[in-house]
Amino acid sequence: MEEENVKKKLNKKTFQLLVDNTSGVLSRISGLFARRGYNIESITAGVTADPRFTRITIVASGDDDILDQIEKQVRKLVDVRDIRELKPEESVYRELAMIKVRANAEQRQSVIAITNIFRGNIVDVAPESLMIEITGNSGKIDAFLRLLDGYEILELARTGVAGLARGTEHVVYIP
Amino acid sequence: MIAADAIVKCLEMEGVEYVFGYPGVAIDPFFNSILKTKIKTILVRQEQCAAHAANGYARITGKVGVCAVTSGPGAENLITGIATAFADSIPIVCFTGQVDSKLMGSDVFQEADISGACESFVKYSYIVRDPQEIPRIVKEAFYIARSGRPGPVLIDLPSDVQMLKMNGFDYPDEVKMRTYRPTVEGHTVQINKVMKELSRAKRPILCVGGGVQLSGAKEAVVAFAEKHRIPVVCTMMGIGVMATDHELFYGMVGNNGQPCGNRAMNEADMIIMAGCRVADRSFTQPDLIMAGKVLVHIDVDPAEIGKNAYPSIPLVGDIAHVFEAFLEQDLKVDTTDWLDTLNGYRSLGRNQKEAALKLSLKTKSRRTGVMPAEFVRRLSLSMDDNAIYVADVGQNQIWSCQNVDIRNGRFLTSGGMGTMGYAVPAMMGCRLAAPDVQAVAVCGDGGFQMTMMELATMKYYGIPCKIVVMKNTVLGLVRQHQHFVYHDDFSMIDIGAYPKLDMLAKAYDMDYLKVEDNDHMQEKIDAFLKDENSVLMEVMVDPAETV
Repeated sequence: MEEENVKKKLNKKTFQLLVDNTSGVLSRISGLFARRGYNIESITAGVTADPRFTRITIVASGDDDILDQIEKQVRKLVDVRDIRELKPEESVYRELAMIKVRANAEQRQSVIAITNIFRGNIVDVAPESLMIEITGNSGKIDAFLRLLDGYEILELARTGVAGLARGTEHVVYIP
Repeated sequence: MIAADAIVKCLEMEGVEYVFGYPGVAIDPFFNSILKTKIKTILVRQEQCAAHAANGYARITGKVGVCAVTSGPGAENLITGIATAFADSIPIVCFTGQVDSKLMGSDVFQEADISGACESFVKYSYIVRDPQEIPRIVKEAFYIARSGRPGPVLIDLPSDVQMLKMNGFDYPDEVKMRTYRPTVEGHTVQINKVMKELSRAKRPILCVGGGVQLSGAKEAVVAFAEKHRIPVVCTMMGIGVMATDHELFYGMVGNNGQPCGNRAMNEADMIIMAGCRVADRSFTQPDLIMAGKVLVHIDVDPAEIGKNAYPSIPLVGDIAHVFEAFLEQDLKVDTTDWLDTLNGYRSLGRNQKEAALKLSLKTKSRRTGVMPAEFVRRLSLSMDDNAIYVADVGQNQIWSCQNVDIRNGRFLTSGGMGTMGYAVPAMMGCRLAAPDVQAVAVCGDGGFQMTMMELATMKYYGIPCKIVVMKNTVLGLVRQHQHFVYHDDFSMIDIGAYPKLDMLAKAYDMDYLKVEDNDHMQEKIDAFLKDENSVLMEVMVDPAETV
């Protein structure tokens, strides 16, 4: 029984994909997740230095069997050049969040103080609100949002995780 | 040269003989260009049948089947055929006409986003926007369709693009794809592991699936089994890999399989799965069957390995390559005792079947009509050794796969998708693929009515056909399900006795035979198989008959 619980434990994995920059490639990948019932926690995509390719970072959750299947099924797609796991200890992840907080002149200073501690930036100030830009791994952003608990968050936009493996070991060279 | 000329030129370069299809304004440039070639076109009566015919053609020739239909409703009708081919990994390339590229996305007349709709059941799809890309796209499409794990590829052709001028035409000699490279050769380390385990195994068994046929590995697989005297079982898609009467063959596995085959799987200490995906109908509870056994799973599609069962030795590669490599290795396997045990199970099964048959024949008052199992056995035994047996979907399919006798021929059916109406158009494809080979479609009265309009197509093109319709006036497999699960609270199963098949046969200028009881079965079968004209045989089956 215990063994089964361990086996079915929900895990999170961050995958890095290198895909052909064809029309519809993002829909092919997100469609695969949707129809097979895989969970996407976040997905980001952008063209690489070589315009033929797009790099996609996907954070997925599931038990180990599902995560294994995700990797195999994604690899099977014709447009996918490479998929690998970005292991936390060997990679750097970043996410950008933009947060619009209700703050009048009185409240402004304390919000700015918290933002500074988290090395965030104030990118817009209005009479009734502040806009904060903050970058970091998802944990840092979650922690920052918890600190804003007493303030009213008017709007929040998170980009999702982008990441790269450290060093040159895992670089895919394409002629 | 316009783009449509370039497309058909590509088809000529690929050695395409037949295009199955249905026209419409959006695909007319394509069909107009095809007039200038030697490629033959087969105009079906409904688009789905074009895909099934291409499917049957592909399975018999080992080549890629081709179909072409118009945009919107034409393309949508094709969908079931594409999904059917995908589920059984059959290589077909489907061309669909599309509205003017400048109007795409504005919901004009007969516009459907077909590549979007089919995305989850094609191996790949293209929308052609630049005619200069056509040679590369078609070359890739055929390569993707037939290589690795085969499957359908869709090419959507906006009508204006088909008319654009080409700046020359250069068909590439080889495919240069950055991303798609299927693993064909088995890994030597894994192959050696299999051999090592096999030399230790006391009760090994080889389970073959449709992948063996797809890879053309039948000879290598049979040679391997014979060399080491390893017993063989199969899935529904693997029927025909080994002759039914081969001494090492122990039947089909699964919830519709033979008890002997299932027992063999349960008692084995080593299972080699070759070209089968451990699907739910073959292995209801894979964990239970595999427990405590060495499981080797060989498949060209790495995603199938570890999806439903967790093998101790995963082996990615094309079945033909892997078994050629197996054959090169020398090892000693002693299966004498194991085969003795299995032979006992097999004769027990045969005796039980005989006894059941005798009993049924004696108590025939209980049921009317023909005993379907016995009919299938006699029909297939009377067919040529290399004949093609195409089973539709439903009870007829289960009776067929449980009782068919395949020597050196083929058994085709829609195994993965279970598409009713598959048999008649697929048989049409088989007849064109191998005109000299006997082919019989066996249907129920439900499935037959889904695609019986293709009788006209076959008549029109002078393709003689042999069709068996098991008539029980109900949708038998659903009726049977409701009998067991809903205790005879039947819903939506009665289809009645129409059409009158004798009159239908007459309408299509076909010969007609009717089998009403077991006593006259054989003489009718003989007449049916001997008939050189197209012939329809109606086989009366009791609605309460179960598989």
